[in-house]
Amino acid sequence: MAGKEYRTITDVKGPLVFLNKTEPVAFGEIVELRLNDGSMKNGQVLDTSDDMVVVQVFEGTAGVDRTTGVKFLGDVFKLPVSKDLIGRILDGAGRPRDGGPEIIAEGNADIIGAAINPYARQSPHDFIQTGISAIDCCTTLVRGQKLPIFSASGLPHNDIALQIARQAKLTASDEEFIVVFCAMGITAEEYNFFRSDLERTGALENAVLFVNLADDPAVERLITPRLALTAAEYLAFEQDYHVLVIYTDVTNYCDALRQIGAAREEVPGRRGYPGYMYTDLAMLYERAGLVKGKKGSITQFPILTMPGDDITHPIPDLSGYITEGQIVISRELHGSGIYPPINVLPSLSRLMGGTIGEKTTREDHKCVSDQMYAAYAQGRELRGLVAIVGEDALNERDKQLLSFSGLFEDKFLRQDRYEDRSIDETLDLCWNLMSNIETKYLVRLDQQWIDKYHPNDKKE
Amino acid sequence: MSENGQIYRISGPVVTAIGLDAKMYDVVRVGDEGLMGEVIELHGEKAVIQVYEDTSGVRPGEPVINTGLTLAVQLGPGLLTQIYDGIQRPLPVMQEKMGTFITRGVDADGLDQERKWTFEPVAKKGDKVEGGQTIGTVQETETIAHKIMIPPKMSGTIKSIKGGDFTVSETVCTLDDGTEIAMMQKWPVRTPRPYMQKYAPDTPLVTGMRILDFLFPLAKGGAAGIPGPFGSGKTVTQQSLAKYSDAQIVVYIGCGERGNEMTEVLDEFPHLIDPNTGKPLMNRTVMIANTSNMPVAAREASVYTGITIAEYFRDMGYDVALMADSTSRWAEAMREISSRLEEMPGEEGYPAYLSSRLAEFYERAGRVETLEGEDGSVTVIGAVSPPGGDISEPVSQGTLRIVKVFWGLDAPLARQRHFPAINWLNSYSLYPQSLDQWFKDNIAADFPEIRTEISSLLQVEAELQEIVQLVGSDALPIDQQLTLEVARMIREYFLQQNAFHEIDAYTGVEQQYLMAKAILTFQTEAKNAIEAGGLLEDVVNVPARSDLMRARFEGDYLTRIEGLVAEMTKEIAAAAEEN
Repeated sequence: MAGKEYRTITDVKGPLVFLNKTEPVAFGEIVELRLNDGSMKNGQVLDTSDDMVVVQVFEGTAGVDRTTGVKFLGDVFKLPVSKDLIGRILDGAGRPRDGGPEIIAEGNADIIGAAINPYARQSPHDFIQTGISAIDCCTTLVRGQKLPIFSASGLPHNDIALQIARQAKLTASDEEFIVVFCAMGITAEEYNFFRSDLERTGALENAVLFVNLADDPAVERLITPRLALTAAEYLAFEQDYHVLVIYTDVTNYCDALRQIGAAREEVPGRRGYPGYMYTDLAMLYERAGLVKGKKGSITQFPILTMPGDDITHPIPDLSGYITEGQIVISRELHGSGIYPPINVLPSLSRLMGGTIGEKTTREDHKCVSDQMYAAYAQGRELRGLVAIVGEDALNERDKQLLSFSGLFEDKFLRQDRYEDRSIDETLDLCWNLMSNIETKYLVRLDQQWIDKYHPNDKKE
Repeated sequence: MSENGQIYRISGPVVTAIGLDAKMYDVVRVGDEGLMGEVIELHGEKAVIQVYEDTSGVRPGEPVINTGLTLAVQLGPGLLTQIYDGIQRPLPVMQEKMGTFITRGVDADGLDQERKWTFEPVAKKGDKVEGGQTIGTVQETETIAHKIMIPPKMSGTIKSIKGGDFTVSETVCTLDDGTEIAMMQKWPVRTPRPYMQKYAPDTPLVTGMRILDFLFPLAKGGAAGIPGPFGSGKTVTQQSLAKYSDAQIVVYIGCGERGNEMTEVLDEFPHLIDPNTGKPLMNRTVMIANTSNMPVAAREASVYTGITIAEYFRDMGYDVALMADSTSRWAEAMREISSRLEEMPGEEGYPAYLSSRLAEFYERAGRVETLEGEDGSVTVIGAVSPPGGDISEPVSQGTLRIVKVFWGLDAPLARQRHFPAINWLNSYSLYPQSLDQWFKDNIAADFPEIRTEISSLLQVEAELQEIVQLVGSDALPIDQQLTLEVARMIREYFLQQNAFHEIDAYTGVEQQYLMAKAILTFQTEAKNAIEAGGLLEDVVNVPARSDLMRARFEGDYLTRIEGLVAEMTKEIAAAAEEN
């Protein structure tokens, strides 16, 4: 059947092409369209029946008419995988973008990706040190985790992602990460920023880039992350690499999903996004983790911008239900000139509890992190009260907590874009800052760690 | 029309077949690979099928074969300690057959067909037996004796019955009409299993979580909903319930949730000890894991698979607790399939039958008289994941209309690291009236009064807090400042509980009562001391009070609490005398 070209297009609507009766075509089959001017486009079957086939065209339908030839290639979408992917830059559909040769495939992998059997998974427990105090102390990243950055337009999420890509290391071993970077609908300027940074630090040689820019077809965005994750799975589970997947911006991906849904006249869910968006996002996010009997791992670092800074918007909301925590970037902190402007209060790492401690980070990590968090939360709350009643109305404890919240932001959160703090440095810094509060108010600290680490009590 | 048809159309998990002679909910095999599916709609000669596996690469024209059976689970020895996908395929077997990733077209029996179990008959030749009656037992795990029952709707006189080692499909008993009975029976998942009658619940499901047992108790055979935004601790709460509740059997459904969470449960449970039996928790647990990226139709089926297994153990006379995490994902699976069927949507795109499906599911909970006349129960605890934490959405509302217990998880509390982050102001339980007799008989006669005092203190605190927000706590009169102190004690010492702390994670009801009483003793003593001229600051800061609070993290609390309270009383009195 491959090879036969149909000229039976009846309707073209947005990114979708409708064809009349053909030979039986498989669901998900890859399609090639030949336009009258000889140019080619690619697509995929979304709906197939004896009478009608619906094809989603990745490059958009500009120039398609009823005489366009349509060829079904007899297979579902596959990515040629090979170790040679490392160091390459590919476009959003997996073709070389760096002027280099075609990838010589060692195998072809189905890009949809099968679900990992939960029984075959291995629980992630290895601490990744990012060198950023706020993350290492309060929302610890774990190898095999999927931890998104919830940001918003105009905030420095890209700097944070790059800093993590530069600095991420395992303290337990000297194994390095391979970065798989996936751009979905970001601007050329943002892409150049990522690329030049990776190039400058030499990380590009150990990275694979999949790039779909803002002016590339929106529909292509639906396959770009799948290509990136397929490459990541190959490198992790066939080639034993530890892979860090950064993809940005999930919001653009979801908008593309909505666009297809609308073109298919599907019943929309919240805010016009399709009802299956949860499942669809899960099919990306769940492709992270460790499996029994394989050395490699996939850690995901998706970036999404919350429309209108709204964390209850369907995109961050559904993501938060799937991912293992989130790092929330705050416009308020950014406005006060603090980098990285991470608001630790709504941020969370679900895998932190099972990871931190004597064997991986340090014995006092848990209680230090709890105490820092609690004291900062209380201090922040007091700011609201002070605005009404004035600082003089506070009691001694509250005054100390209030001043601590300022120190927390200024000394603990704030750090340079190239400052790489070890976990010991981070925790020692915490003790130094907490020493500004009288010990009797630090109820979450264990006495044994106070004796050992508190700067005033420290027994040398 | 014949048993075999052909694929006409494929749209994601929904496949239309023509020429298939099918009844509603027949299980069919779709395509050359024989993917499993279920008939969910009939249109003239077309049958619409939801397929439980990925349909990429399947073409129109491929065959569809009707098995003529409805979606059913295999029930018998071998269920406990097992972990299944949404359609009762054991995940370890799937890993053996297909490796790390879940591929398609692989069939696996729910029960191990090779393994032999020791069957001990309790019925004998010549006995008249009816559906639901126990004819023998198998010691399935160390703690659970699995009763082998005559399948419902069957009856007769036993012609022969023999003990010994058998596989689940071998005949262990023959009736005089020639019916052969094996240890395994099958039951369609969408049909509730029969019972004699439903009783009103009168015994609490003790969970060891103070805020739940003491303030918002759930009855054995009741239903509870736990709505909460992400990060508010739904899964931790559900897992604590699975670990510590005093049900005899636990069915845990991970419905559309994270893969790593299920792995964690799998890693952790075999090492955890059931506080009620002292044996590994796994012995009483059946798990169903259909993670978010596994096929959506199987997710839709997973809650039915789970509740059918729960009912089966109920029929043996056990108290079963079923946790479904999360029912929202189940509802979303219904929505996804409904939208593929191009059905007219109800609210927020959910199908119009959403609330009736929810009601049907929760109604399968209950305390019943089994066919055999025993007492058994299924308690259902469903987590709900409302978008943006807003419980005005259809799944939360549909759930709240049915369940009698509402444990509302709260993002601000979680953000203050107050765990369990259950909001004590908007949560409720409608069971106290039916359970109070149990509390009076088994714990203390004044249990209901103590509960009322504690909850009204919390209510008063909420009102006072509004004033404090405006004028600061120093502006309040001393007695109200004391009330705030006592309420803080309730929150920090009683309501907060560390689910990961060896000792604090589980508190027996008697100890809960003593802790609540200790707080009220503190209130009374402090009030007296202040009236006698003591300073609030001295009175509330007596060291014995912190000792009392901290000691809950240490062993033997139940025996020590009396001494600690006496010490506190003495110190408070002394603090008053100093002035």
